[in-house]
Amino acid sequence: MKQRKPNKSTRITPHRPKLGVFKFASCDGCQLSVLNLEDELLALGKAVDLAFFPEASSRFGEGPFDIALVEGSVTTPEDARRITHVREQARTLITIGACATAGGIQALRNWGDVEAFKQAVYPSAEYIASLSTSTPISEHVHVDFELWGCPIDKYQLLAVITDLLAGVMPRQPTESVCLECKRRGNVCVMVARAMPCLGPVTRTGCGAICPSMGRDCYGCFGPAEGFTEGAAYPPNTASLARQFHQKLNLIPVDVVRRFRGINGYVRPFRTESNAWEEAED
Amino acid sequence: MPGKKPKTRTISVNMMARVEGEGALRVIVENGRVQDVQLRIFEPPRFFEAFLCGRSYAEVPDIVARICGICPVAYQMSAVHALEQIFDVRVEGALRDLRRLLYCGEWIESHTLHVYMLHAPDFLGYDNAIEMAKDHQQIVTRGLRLKKAGNRLITLLGGRSVHPVSVKVGGFSRVPTRRELTSLREEFLWARNAAADTVRWVAGFDFPPFTQEYTYVALKPREEYPFNEGPIASSSGVEVPAAEFESRFREEQVPYSNALQCTLNGASYVAGPLARLHLNAGVLSPLARQVLAETGLRLPLRNPFHAIVARAVEILYATEETLRLIDCYDPPAEPAVPFTVRGGTGMACTEAPRGALYHRYVVGEDGTVLEAKIVPPTSQNQRRMEDDLRAFVPAVLNLSDQEAAAGCERVIRCYDPCISCATHFLRLEVVRR
Repeated sequence: MKQRKPNKSTRITPHRPKLGVFKFASCDGCQLSVLNLEDELLALGKAVDLAFFPEASSRFGEGPFDIALVEGSVTTPEDARRITHVREQARTLITIGACATAGGIQALRNWGDVEAFKQAVYPSAEYIASLSTSTPISEHVHVDFELWGCPIDKYQLLAVITDLLAGVMPRQPTESVCLECKRRGNVCVMVARAMPCLGPVTRTGCGAICPSMGRDCYGCFGPAEGFTEGAAYPPNTASLARQFHQKLNLIPVDVVRRFRGINGYVRPFRTESNAWEEAED
Repeated sequence: MPGKKPKTRTISVNMMARVEGEGALRVIVENGRVQDVQLRIFEPPRFFEAFLCGRSYAEVPDIVARICGICPVAYQMSAVHALEQIFDVRVEGALRDLRRLLYCGEWIESHTLHVYMLHAPDFLGYDNAIEMAKDHQQIVTRGLRLKKAGNRLITLLGGRSVHPVSVKVGGFSRVPTRRELTSLREEFLWARNAAADTVRWVAGFDFPPFTQEYTYVALKPREEYPFNEGPIASSSGVEVPAAEFESRFREEQVPYSNALQCTLNGASYVAGPLARLHLNAGVLSPLARQVLAETGLRLPLRNPFHAIVARAVEILYATEETLRLIDCYDPPAEPAVPFTVRGGTGMACTEAPRGALYHRYVVGEDGTVLEAKIVPPTSQNQRRMEDDLRAFVPAVLNLSDQEAAAGCERVIRCYDPCISCATHFLRLEVVRR
């Protein structure tokens, strides 16, 4: 996403800011990250008014909200309407996690036939209202900042909220997992163990936990970005995919699976998996 | 037609709070009698079982974790145990212990979240735990630290507490050193005391007088409290291996919900802490048994509001089990057992924090998933929640709609429903019209 300078509309006013947490199609793991701030939660509750957070509170405060945290992707006609209401009530709208930011794992439906899914899996498909796609929030409304990760890193979330309280536009690193992995002193799992690691094209933020746990990164934090003169450009997925195929002997279907995962619908990963699928046909 | 028009009253909660996921409930009362009870799940379906098909078996633990951010370990455990059945892998000794340990972390994290942050505010009259902390700072702080201990354990074993990354068929991608595990020991000595205090605290709550005859369903391994193994047993005398789950338990779709509902012999049943405690009280750890006895509560527990006590007893059990497993840990030579991929069908049931979680996979010769079926605990409890409401509503009919609705919501919250889990529940292999 393009970084924007802070402006009046995103700056928080001096009163105790109101925060709302809104859920769409998701696993609840990203909003759980708020409650997993065990050491900071009570202080956070003082700094902001957690006015609307149904998972944690039975007080349903009214908008408008200074900060809206949006979890989950849009998968039903009703949710496509609801997100516009959330946007109308929110001064600053932040997406939290892979579902809200990229469509999530459930965006795998975007390559399938949802009518067939429904009929195959529910005895009475007519009761189920579902769109044929799972789409990120930014395809529906303007998003002020996108926080990546499946799940998000709770300290990144805390930093974003703190930035907003300080009146600055949040910013998080966009470099690849490899840099963090080197800093942790890990042995490269791709070079040393021939694992098809997505680290080179994946955004940092998790702490390079997969290579640290002896396995290949699977892209939870979405595509890494490079910046020159403010222009973002996508990671070199084509080169990595070729490496997987030629050096690590992955057959094309496995290359497709690699890129079509947690963040499979985000453009750089989608383009790559589609290219390998076509090559296979 | 002559005659008096029936007086209809609807008690509804349009959006339930302090539950995971999105649901509503509606009770329709006609002339003072409950006509219909609907637990509506409007959480959108995510079609997990559909898109698991065509993926590699090796990707399954990472994918199914995403069904639930609160109990990802449970999904990973049921998945790997079902897949290991297909490949004839036996995970024993220290690797088996580490899986128990990982599950202890999840029970502590998930149960503590529910007891302190979602459920206790009902008994003490607050909207949420942050409000509650204004009057009960020490208690809420204790709960947060206890939850953190569970999360630390998952993070040590799995890299992070939500969607841990180390679980795989055959074992783990990495196992901890003895020193790493021992570093948690001191915190868990504190956690054990905190958990015992939690049991005493919740046992002193004021419980609404409401008892029901329940059929309890849980794993019952006999020699230990259940996590990953054991036959599926019921308090009505059923005892079957996981492979027979689908022939004993029936699922049905209802028009008002995106989740299917389960029954045993045509009737509702209860899965989760109350059921596990009922069927496995004899193998509780020493302190858990002692503190439960001190509360004065006697099994069988027939009041759903006592679920918070059962949950607290299980937190205490999990802290004791964690200490036991830390003390006896001897790191395995390899983090995972080798195996050969082959085709077949595998079923497994493990004990998620909210109750029995059943998985079945059909895998092709090359390890590609051909069919997947997942039955989460909340689908199983859903019919029973409705039955509870039907029995509970007459006692609150003299209250205002708002108060009656709040009472109904409290009944549902006893089950710690995880609606995100329940909704992904999709049948794949058969087309039924």
